[in-house]
Formats: sequence, C-alpha cells, structure tokens
Amino acid sequence: MFGTGLLKGLGVTLKHALETFEDDRESVPDRYKGSLDLGNNRKVIQQPIDQEGLLTIQYPEEKRLLPERFRYIPMLIWDSEKQEDRCTACGICAKVCPPQCIWIVRDSDENGKPVTRCSEFYIDAAVCMSCSFCVEFCPFDAIKMNHDYELAVYDRYPQLVYDMEELTVPLEYYAALWPTQYEEEQARRKEEEEQKRKQEEEKAARAAARQAAAAQKAEAGAGAPKRSAAELQALAKERAAQRQAQAQGQTAEGGGDDDAAAAKRARMEDLKRRAQERARQRKLESGNGSS
Amino acid sequence: MTEATAVMDAPAGELGLAPELADAVVDMWAEDTEKAYVIAPDRILEVLTHLRDGQGYDFLSNLTCVDYEGYGGKLRAGIDARLEVVYNLYSTRRGGGSIALHVRVPEDDTVPSATSVYPGANLQEREVYDLFGVKFDGHPNLRRILLWDGFHGHPMRKDWHEAYYEEDAKPFRSRHPKGEYEFHEDKVPWAKNTTYPAGWDPDSWQEAVAYVPVSQAPQHEDKPHLDTESIVVNLGPHHPSTHGVFRMLTRVEGETILALEPEMGYLHRNHEKIGERNTWLMNMPFTDRLDYLNSMSNNWAYALAVEKLADIEVPERAEYLRVIMAEFSRIVNHAWSIGFILNDLGALQTPALYAIEEREMILDLFEAVSGARMMCNYMRFGGVVRDLPEGWHEQAAYLANERLPRALDELDRLLTENEILMARGRGVGYLSVEDLISLSVSGPMIRAGGLPYDIRKAEPYGIYDRFDFDIPTLPNSDIYDRYYIRLLEARESVRILQQALRDIPEGEILGGRGGYTLRAPEGEVYGRLEAPKGELGFYLASDGKTQPWRYHVRSPSYINLNALGPMSVGYKVADAIVILGAIDIVLGEVDR
Repeated sequence: MFGTGLLKGLGVTLKHALETFEDDRESVPDRYKGSLDLGNNRKVIQQPIDQEGLLTIQYPEEKRLLPERFRYIPMLIWDSEKQEDRCTACGICAKVCPPQCIWIVRDSDENGKPVTRCSEFYIDAAVCMSCSFCVEFCPFDAIKMNHDYELAVYDRYPQLVYDMEELTVPLEYYAALWPTQYEEEQARRKEEEEQKRKQEEEKAARAAARQAAAAQKAEAGAGAPKRSAAELQALAKERAAQRQAQAQGQTAEGGGDDDAAAAKRARMEDLKRRAQERARQRKLESGNGSS
Repeated sequence: MTEATAVMDAPAGELGLAPELADAVVDMWAEDTEKAYVIAPDRILEVLTHLRDGQGYDFLSNLTCVDYEGYGGKLRAGIDARLEVVYNLYSTRRGGGSIALHVRVPEDDTVPSATSVYPGANLQEREVYDLFGVKFDGHPNLRRILLWDGFHGHPMRKDWHEAYYEEDAKPFRSRHPKGEYEFHEDKVPWAKNTTYPAGWDPDSWQEAVAYVPVSQAPQHEDKPHLDTESIVVNLGPHHPSTHGVFRMLTRVEGETILALEPEMGYLHRNHEKIGERNTWLMNMPFTDRLDYLNSMSNNWAYALAVEKLADIEVPERAEYLRVIMAEFSRIVNHAWSIGFILNDLGALQTPALYAIEEREMILDLFEAVSGARMMCNYMRFGGVVRDLPEGWHEQAAYLANERLPRALDELDRLLTENEILMARGRGVGYLSVEDLISLSVSGPMIRAGGLPYDIRKAEPYGIYDRFDFDIPTLPNSDIYDRYYIRLLEARESVRILQQALRDIPEGEILGGRGGYTLRAPEGEVYGRLEAPKGELGFYLASDGKTQPWRYHVRSPSYINLNALGPMSVGYKVADAIVILGAIDIVLGEVDR
C-alpha cells in the first residue's frame, strides 16, 4: 500500500524522539553517565558506547573526555626527577617532521663547543599536522603530544610559533595526560638505566683487569723498542706548536662567530620576551574569562 | 626487485598480441609481480584495442605519467625519452592482476589519446596534460583541469619550481637558515610572482565555456516565443550540494540537462609534488588528507604499495587490525554517503544525522587507538603503529555484534521503502554497466549496476581471502540502487568485522625495517585496494633514494566523475545534484 514505507520511517523518527525524551527525563541522562562535573554547568563527558538518545555535547561548557592517545601539538618534557630537559638537541624530530615545522638551536658551553642540550626549540603550530612522528622517533622520550586543543589566537605570527618556554611541561603533567604510556615508559627507562649501569660496571671491571694484565706484562720486562729522550722532546715540542696554532685559529674564528651569536641571542631574547608577554596575556585573559 | 631485461624473444606473444602487432612492443620491464611492456607511441591504440577486445582487459584503471629528467637510477641508462606515460589495465570479469603498458615520449611530443578505446581516460589524460604537458592526439576536450588556463608551466615536471621553492627533498636545510623564523609568504610579494604563458593576456582571456546570459540566449526562430531556451547554468562552486568546492557547468533547456561538464581543482594543492619531496614515511600523514573520511583506507593503500615495492612483511595481528580499521571506515563512509544522498534529495538532516550517529562511536574508537578521529595516520610500512588500548576490543565487538547491525536495520526501516525516495531515485541517473566500466568507474557505483567487481575478491590483498563475505549487487544502476548498495555493503562490512574481531591473534604489530630512513629499491609499483569509494591506487616509482621519484594517487572520487556528465544528461537539474551525491566524492581526493 502506498505510504506504508513513509509511515515505517516516521515510526523510526518517533522512536528516536521518544527515546531522547525519556532519557532526558531521567535525573542523569545517558550522556552524562560517568561524566566529570566541574561545577558551574561545566562538565567533561565520556560518552558510553551503548548510549541511546541524544548525543550532542554542549561545547564549550561541556567537553569530551579525551582518550589518552589524543594528539594535538607536541610538548617538551622537563624531567623533574633529574632537573633537566630531556631533549638532547639530536634533531631527529626536526628531520622526520613531514611539514618541517620544528626548529632547534643547539646550546654550546662557554668554549663554544656544542653540547647535547638545546637552547631554543620552536614549533610552528600553524604548520604542524599533528602526525606525532616526532614523538614516535624521539629516542629520549623528550617530546610528547599535548592534549590542549584550544589554541585560537588573533595572529598567526608570532603567536602560533611556540618557543621552548611555551612547549616545556614537567614530567608530572605528561604522566597525568598519558598515564598508561608513562608507566610503560618509566619501567622501560629504568630497565635501560639498570642495563647501562651494569654494562659500565662490567666495562670498568674489564678495564681494571686489562690494566692489571698490562702491569704484569710490563713487570715481566718485555724489552720494547724505545725512542730516545731527545726524540721524545722534539715530538712534544712539535705538538705544542701545532696546538698553539690551532688555538689561535680558533679564537680568530670565534671572534667572528661571537658577533653573529650575539645578534642571534638578542633576537632570541626578543622572541622569548614577546612569547612570555604573550603567555602572560593569555593567562590573564583566561583568568578573567573563567571568573 | 625490478630489473630491466633485454627485449625478450616474444614479449608480444606473452602479451597475447596478434603477430602483426609484434613489433609494437619495443622494450619491457620485468618484475616479480607484474610486467610492464613498452609500446611504440604510434601503435598504442592498436595494442589497447587488442587487449580490450581480445584479452578481456576492459578496465583502464590508472593512466599517469612520469618525468625522468635527471633520473639517477640505473634502470633507465641509455633511454633518452624524458616522459613516460603509464597505463594499468585490469579485467573486471576475470579479476586478477594488472597489465602495465608504458609509452615513452620525448619532450613536447604527442601521444594518441586512449579515449577512443577507453572513454575513462578522459579526465586522467587531461590531468597528465595539465601537470606534465603531454599532448594527447584526438582527445575531445584537452584543456587544463586542475589548474586554471593562465597557469604558467607544468608543475609535475621535475624542473618546475613553485613560488616559495625551498629544496628538492626534505628535510629542508633552508627552512630556518639564520635561526630566525620567517614566513615564506612574506618573502615574495604576489605581484612580482605571477607569470603567464607566452602570448597569454589575462585581460582578454575568456573561459572555454561561454556563459550566455538569459536575455541574450539565442531565440528559437522556428518555435513559438514561449518555448524554453537553452542556457548555461553554473551549479557551484560555492554550494553545499557540491560537497565541497566543485562546479558543474550545465547547459539546460528549461529544467532538463542537455550537457554537464565537471570543473574542479579549487582545492588543488599538488599533493603529488609534495609527495615527491617527502621521504617515504612522511607521505603517510599526507594520505590522510586525501579522502578525509577514510584515512584508514588511504593509509593502507599507500602502505600496501610501498610494501609491495620494498618487499616488507606484515605481521598477522597487524593484518587483522588493518582489516578491522578499514571495514569500520567503510561503514563510516557508507553511512555518511547515505545520509548525504538523502540530504541532496531534500530530506534535510534527519537521515544524515541518524546515519552518522554510529559514526560518532566509531570515530571515538579510532581516536582511542590512533589519537585522532579523522587524520588517523595509523598504518606504517610493515604493520600498524600502535596496538589496541585496554577495553578497545570489547567496545569494538559490542559495536560490530550488536549496535551496528541494529543501526543499519534501523536505517533500512527509515529509508528503503520510503515512497518519496523511490519516486526520486528509481530510474534516475541510469548508465549501463558497460558504459560504467568503459568510463573506469569503480566501487559501489559499478556494483549497483550489477557487476560483482570488488578488489577484495577479484585480487585479494591483505587477508581478505580468509573472510566469508559476499559482494552485493543490484541490477538497476540508478540513484536508488546506489543508495541501497551502500547499505548492503555496510552489512557485509559488519560481517567481516565480526569475523576479524573474533579471530584476531596476539602478537607483533609492526614488522622490521619500515622506519623513517627507508630506501625503497629502484623500480615502480602500482598498489591498489577497494576503498569505500572505489579503487584507490598508488603508483610509485623509486630511484632507490629516500624520496619517491614519482608518487601518484589514482583516486576513485576523481575518476568516477567521468560518469557524471553522461549520467546526468536528460534528467532534471534537481536530479543532477543527487547523481553527484550518489557518486560520493570527496574534494580532498578529487583535487589532490
């Protein structure tokens, strides 16, 4: 009969409407079951997989509970146990980054020698595609994915270019966001450290054994051919002269570098200062907004 | 894997070519899995015709081009021709693997157009012309397609550099040269950056299709003045019914469509050029952005092609995980597609929102396992990147065994017998299945025409040969069948899911060497799978470096649009909207 299909379909919509109505009459509708109440009408909702009725979440008052693996923009880990950044400026994250949005400046010690630490670390969040490759390939567990997705700002530059200060979070923050992975990682790291320690001990033991053996050999007095004292002195002089020449060359170059480095540092300082201001501003605004 | 061999004694005989065509095959590549025959340009049409009629290769799946300028590999030593047009043919009746034909073209030379043998070559040849500058003799409408007519150069050529060109390969050393961040947009002002082809004047340029204002439309002199006039109407590009930024140029008489021409490229970003600069792995998250409703299938298709090229094994558990994700993704896609077919029919929002209720649950599962709802980036060469989190399997099993079958039944009750849907859908947008095949249409569209062609059965990949499922077909090849076939396919997906979730073993999820330093061996490969929208293929060529030499996406949305014009002619304007909706396109994949 003409119209039965329509009626059947309307039956489905009626069923949906009634289900939602019934659900809403309950003191706690399905979608609020297991949700976290933050007060002032603000909630974090975890939708149950068997939820019936209305599915709408009233963002921004209500938000979804994000799963642990949610990835957005990376963050850098400050190891609060060892009081240091985990990042060693190896640059793998910058290499694997598909849109090439990571930029690292390696730190150097007072002699200008690069060290395994970064002085600056930038991520252009406007370019980042949240692929999480940097996290996957970081050998030091130094970069992880943040869950903070409310990043809207008025200007792209420099607001969305995050510097180290904005990116760095303490280990506890990471542990709270990624509890399961954190546990696994800590266990693995501990084991690795243990192994490393053992290896080093063994190495030391082996070295000691070798030394002892060498000493024994020397005592046995195998007559190795020796250079004369005069020869040795001449060699030492030669080496000293070489070293001096090298050092002079270095300082000359170093002087040139210093200017550039100073200019760079000044720029960094400027960027950093601006970023800090920005962060402060943001905090201020969010504080005003919530109160 | 791939080795160039000397011309074999009888490649033509192996191809099954008639003796008089024996000299058409000038060279060949031999590969483990498939062979590529190099055909003389002037004989290609004869060979194609012979393969179609004599050998049953009725489906031109992929047609693309490779620019070998500056190629460093060993395989092409001594070959001068710069460009190489590639054809991949399949048989829809017999199933099985492809036959690959190559045609070598010196720069600026022409190739005979395959459109007379396979009308489906239409859009693909236009794309090759647009991006490589290869001219096809005898093509009915050889215009630029993704780029506009005033575009200078052919961007997929190796010597073409874009406005903010940095380097040929990532990682870019020059991105932050002096330790200061600078946006590339600030470097080059647009005004100085635009060049036009020689002899091109932007002021006097007119689009190839002339717009005829209603008032100036030609009068029918021999007819009474009340008769309707034929005018050109633009549907889109900015209209929700076009599912993105897409334009249909129609010539209508009254409400009836006389001709329809798809215009696209508004979302073109030259995905393939980006892909050639990326390392192999870096392309993975980029594939998410093609058909953004089905990132899981896209990931898999790309991984499949690279695994074939580099001979990477996939562990058992990862194969199951891939099937589970891809089938969930198929259900999401079909639910979405059904909802939007109904939207286009005018049943605004209610069916669409009912259809995507379960999508919400599935996306939550995707997010729990991969970290993102849509841009999953979940698969890697040799497996998947993360194992299931705790509780995931139970939730997925609940969905597959209880909730999804119930939801699909409900959708069935809501829509299938609806008289309005029948009245609007039955007999509308008809195209015979032979036409669909010759137009290279794949996926649910072709199955709604009665041909049980599904790559999961025709040339099983992954572990699809282990599952018990059917390929539903419907006979009528109209809008209504294209709606209903998706519901039936979603049901089959649920069946596969139930089996996969039941049988999934424990174990490794990621095989060995697939990391970011992967160097695929020299050679070329075409890997394809049955994506929810049709055949999704990746054609990759490697010169043994860390970047692909050529990275081409054979996207089902784009090639299925071949059929849009022929399907719409003779129907009303309102039907054209639904006909487009029933093709189920995603512009991220159409325009690339």
